[in-house]
Amino acid sequence: MNIVPAGQLEFAYDDPMKILVIEDDREAAEYLQKALSEAGHTVHVAGDGDAGYTLADTGDYDVMVVDRMLPRRDGLSVIAGLRAHGNATPVLILSALGEVDDRVTGLRAGGDDYLTKPYAFTELLARVEVLCRRASFKDAETLYRVGDLELDRLSHTVRRAGREVLLQPREFKLLEYLMRHAAQVVTRTMLLENVWDYHFDPQTNVIDVHVSRLRSKIEKGFDSPILHTVRGAGYMLKAG
Amino acid sequence: MRLPASFRTTAARLSALYLLLFGICAIGLVFYMTALSVRMLTSQTQDTINEEVVGLANAYQRGGLPLLVRTIERRSRQPGANLYLIADANGRILSGNVESLEPGVLEVEGWTERPFSYQRYGDSSAERRIRSAADPDAPQVESETRHAAIALVLRLPNQMIVLVGRDLGEPERFRVVVRRSLVAALGVMAVGGLLIWFFVGRHALKRIDSVSEASRRIMGGDLTGRLPISGAGDEFDRLSENLNTMLARIADLNEGLKQVSDNIAHDLKTPLTRLRNRAEAALGKRDGGDYREALEATIAESDQLIRTFNAILMISRLEAGYSAEQTAKVDLTEVVRDVAELYEPTAEEMGVGLETDVRQGVEVDGNRELIAQSVSNIVDNAIKYSAGGNAAPKVTVRLEKLPGEVHLRVIDNGPGIPDDEDRKRATERFVRLEQSRSQPGSGLGLSLAKAVMKFHGGRLDLEPGNPGLSVLMSFPRKEDG
Repeated sequence: MNIVPAGQLEFAYDDPMKILVIEDDREAAEYLQKALSEAGHTVHVAGDGDAGYTLADTGDYDVMVVDRMLPRRDGLSVIAGLRAHGNATPVLILSALGEVDDRVTGLRAGGDDYLTKPYAFTELLARVEVLCRRASFKDAETLYRVGDLELDRLSHTVRRAGREVLLQPREFKLLEYLMRHAAQVVTRTMLLENVWDYHFDPQTNVIDVHVSRLRSKIEKGFDSPILHTVRGAGYMLKAG
Repeated sequence: MRLPASFRTTAARLSALYLLLFGICAIGLVFYMTALSVRMLTSQTQDTINEEVVGLANAYQRGGLPLLVRTIERRSRQPGANLYLIADANGRILSGNVESLEPGVLEVEGWTERPFSYQRYGDSSAERRIRSAADPDAPQVESETRHAAIALVLRLPNQMIVLVGRDLGEPERFRVVVRRSLVAALGVMAVGGLLIWFFVGRHALKRIDSVSEASRRIMGGDLTGRLPISGAGDEFDRLSENLNTMLARIADLNEGLKQVSDNIAHDLKTPLTRLRNRAEAALGKRDGGDYREALEATIAESDQLIRTFNAILMISRLEAGYSAEQTAKVDLTEVVRDVAELYEPTAEEMGVGLETDVRQGVEVDGNRELIAQSVSNIVDNAIKYSAGGNAAPKVTVRLEKLPGEVHLRVIDNGPGIPDDEDRKRATERFVRLEQSRSQPGSGLGLSLAKAVMKFHGGRLDLEPGNPGLSVLMSFPRKEDG
């Protein structure tokens, strides 16, 4: 969960997104705008719920970052209103409320992801990216392929360069998630949320140990690294 | 204009209201009584008149007009309230004790519809005498000596008119007496109301004032102060008792808050100072790589601080009884397996054997996230503290169903906490026992687990593991499980 200035990130997105940030804290909004712009995206900022709703309703955004507590109209109501209007733009909710219940209410109101303040910018960027691109593979696809790495979701087998790699069930799920978001940064908390389905903050580096175990299985004896560590952010599965 | 405090009290308003209501009722009652009595007296008068008429009729039958006139003249001379009059067909008064009366009375036969005024013979001569002596040119006094009366007017066969009546002096006097007593009664009521207001109002006001005074003191910061209780057990006492209970609760919460903020102040100061020193040291660095390294260390330090803050917040909310809507059936077996699976690679890397001893489908009511976080905190601790201490470090997670309870134990064979007092203190906030100071962590893991257990209606106990430590999470169990 390290905050690294956006300009120094070791990864950069080649495909710019149009992002709407609805945040009433001016400083936070400016920081987000600057950092997201430096990452190559177009950012619009709205300072309250009403303005945000109007912008979201008229502009064609790839993703929205919505603070939960806003003047005039709270974030959840903005999201619910947009959803009722058939607007399906992915939404990342930002909130100072971090309880399990708050998260559930946020997602129930139509949010796609939930991030508690204070957050690391890399975490936010990774989540926004994943929300926007959703996935490299469709839900219906049964064979994921990244470079020479193949994962068959039906037979639960993994091959690299034609050679079968034996994985534990959790390692298989871990790889499945990483491949689904290939070429995107995936953070440790995202892995805990999506692979283990828990939302707490693990005290120690348990996730790293799982990833390095998986890495040794899919990289040992092969030519090139495929599961990269993104310093200060997380991991990225990328061929070549 | 503001009324003085004693007039703005509820007691004063109530007294005034009662006074007004009683006054209206009393006036109504008195008027009704007067009307009733007057009607009764009137009918009595009419009876008397009827008797007179019967006597006169007898005289007329026996002796004709001459005897009637004689009888009337005789009776006229007797003192009393009765009126007699004989007039000719044109209404000219021929005989009787009435000198003059309201015009028109004699024209209608039967009972006079309402009291009329008249003048008696005796009255006018007496008046005249006084008047002639004092002021002979003042005729208007005459009307003042006229009286009210009711009468029966009869017409004889020869068209002569006979009037038999009675003066209404008595009912009039009665009415005056009743009115006077009414005024007296109202006066007494007003005085009574004032007295009641004075005593009741003053008494209540004094009690309220003492309560106000006490609350002012408490608002001033003296949370140990309590409202006075008179011991009468009345509504004022009950109110004060309830407010005192509330104050005690507030004082408790305040005390808890103070303790937490003391702990925060104390235990966050160290990492904050460290953070500051790191940033300062980074300023002096020349090389870009060193710079970056220092920044990264600073960020890692602040992340740890944020984590600590989050844990404190979570504990406080749990202890304040935050209501989790998300309580549902939680499969403890699954949670234990998940956590064990999550920590298995870490344990292996640290050379610690991690084992589970669970039965299928052990369920409790609760919040899956909170329970999983607690179990993982405890397992994390167990792995950390058993590693390196023993030839074959081992952590066992055991889940068992007992009557009425579900026990989840995390047992390690590390050094444990030999001292009983230390074991008790280990779950307190920020307490990190001497031997654990070298381990990373906020000192909140066990406190959080304890708060979570309390939130679930269960307990967290630290028991000696012989060797090592056995952390016991006891969940209450529902009948069906």
